[in-house]
Amino acid sequence: MKIAIASGKGGTGKTFVSTNLFKAFKDLGYSALLVDADVECPNSLLFYKLKKVDETIVKEYRPIIHSEKCVYCGLCADYCEYNAIFYVPELKQIKLLPNLCHGCKACSVACQYGAIEDSNTEIGIVSSYIDKGKNLYFEGRLKEGSVSTIPMIKSTITQASKQLSDFILIDSPPGTSCTFIQTSIRSDFVILVTEPTPYGLSDLRQAILTLDSMNKSYGVIINRAGLGNMELYDYLSENNIQILGEIPFSKEIARIYTQGDLVYDKMEDMNLLYRELCKKIINYGNSLS
Amino acid sequence: MEIAFLSGKGGTGKSSICSAFISLANNVIAVDSDVDATNLYLIFKTNDTSQTNYISGKNAVINPDFCIKCGICKTLCQFDAINFINGNYQIDPVSCDGCAICYRKCSSNAIEMIHSDESKLYVGDFEYGLLIYGQLAPGEENSGKFISVIRNIAKKKASEKGIDKIIIDGPPGIGCPFMSTITGVDKVVLVTEPSKSAFMDLKRALDVAREYSKQIYVIINKYDLNNEISNEIQFYCDKFKIPIVAKIPFDKEIVYAMVNKQTIIEYNKNSKIVGILKDAYEYIINK
Repeated sequence: MKIAIASGKGGTGKTFVSTNLFKAFKDLGYSALLVDADVECPNSLLFYKLKKVDETIVKEYRPIIHSEKCVYCGLCADYCEYNAIFYVPELKQIKLLPNLCHGCKACSVACQYGAIEDSNTEIGIVSSYIDKGKNLYFEGRLKEGSVSTIPMIKSTITQASKQLSDFILIDSPPGTSCTFIQTSIRSDFVILVTEPTPYGLSDLRQAILTLDSMNKSYGVIINRAGLGNMELYDYLSENNIQILGEIPFSKEIARIYTQGDLVYDKMEDMNLLYRELCKKIINYGNSLS
Repeated sequence: MEIAFLSGKGGTGKSSICSAFISLANNVIAVDSDVDATNLYLIFKTNDTSQTNYISGKNAVINPDFCIKCGICKTLCQFDAINFINGNYQIDPVSCDGCAICYRKCSSNAIEMIHSDESKLYVGDFEYGLLIYGQLAPGEENSGKFISVIRNIAKKKASEKGIDKIIIDGPPGIGCPFMSTITGVDKVVLVTEPSKSAFMDLKRALDVAREYSKQIYVIINKYDLNNEISNEIQFYCDKFKIPIVAKIPFDKEIVYAMVNKQTIIEYNKNSKIVGILKDAYEYIINK
């Protein structure tokens, strides 16, 4: 079963939930795989002692324009839906704006004069790691300065999904649009982590609209419960949305997290909370089969 | 002068700190460029708000009545969006990137490009000036394009109204929306917090930001949650000569202010944090 841990608003505790939940699944005797698909800012592997076992460089198509063969017909620029080809025929100027290129290859199809050479550029690395208990971890890391977040997410999840595991936990990027969709569409269940504040609620609403339009099953974890107000609870009960668990606001939890430790290991009530959460997810999984 | 607030890691306090700066600036163009999780509109109520639809992208759709099943579209698609299912070619809208190469090369004109224009762009007056923000429709692609459109409107309005400050509340991450927000701005403020993960993300954000901007400032929010990591952040920034303009202690009042839909300055102008923010604001504007 693949589970995406996502949120609209950033910093609500996705990585916090993923890393602790992962440990809880393993303690209950299941095989589990942790995938950090927050490729712009991957952090979840900070919480474990790991050894790298493999890495794959992920590449994306980029054209190389040979201006000496170019006849300045402009067809490539016309084909490019992303305005990634800077083209001024009067000045005989043509060049690629790599940050706008999506790698669709349309320019290459357009060019009839052999002025566009096909090539690939590195957009990031997918690495796999192992811990003492032989559990596997995957991390996608976008190259700094690259804007190809979506292909990196796809590649990370595709590579991780080749592994056989009872539970694959996907720590997702924040947001509610394309990156959010790319992780949720590849999952059987989505855990939305939020906080009881106006920002948290506004972004959660947006995330839920997206999941509803995709017909995805999801549940909500409320982090920092007790810190904000009741608006979130009203919204969840009015819309019959399942609360999977509540993590109280506590400076102790924040302190343990900032040090890179797991509350699951350090606090008894958190240990219990995560075990309960596992059971809820297992029951959900059983109800599907 | 355009000032952008960014962070790398989400939830470090960009919007809370940025909104405080906006209320200090007065007569300002405020921009929310976090278009898929927009928040400033919750704090700042606008009047006479104009709403326009924004075309956020296109998707290709195959009409099976015209399709002759040649498969050229599938061969050309770089996004694996076209599948042959039950004897028909179909386009998966989630994978489709809208590049239109299938549409251009279809031998039987069976492919149509459908525009999605559900995303909204809002411009309205508020207490401290003009607020401009975008809201992507559920499921739309968050391209940097929308952000450039919003920033261009902000610049136009600024010159029309003779306003010299544009303050942008940016998105988390360091990818496309980050780049769109940072390109060409005058000053960049990175908001971080003392956790291993936020520090790691700050380093990544700094690496990219340094390519684009010379004037970068760092604010450590909730610095007293882990003094040791705050010191490491200080040491790191010193090494690159990046000024840390504020160290803000953890204070529940920031959350109370947000719950009251106010900036911290409106909520309690005598708070110790307000003094720290005022000093940081002066520093960023003048140096």
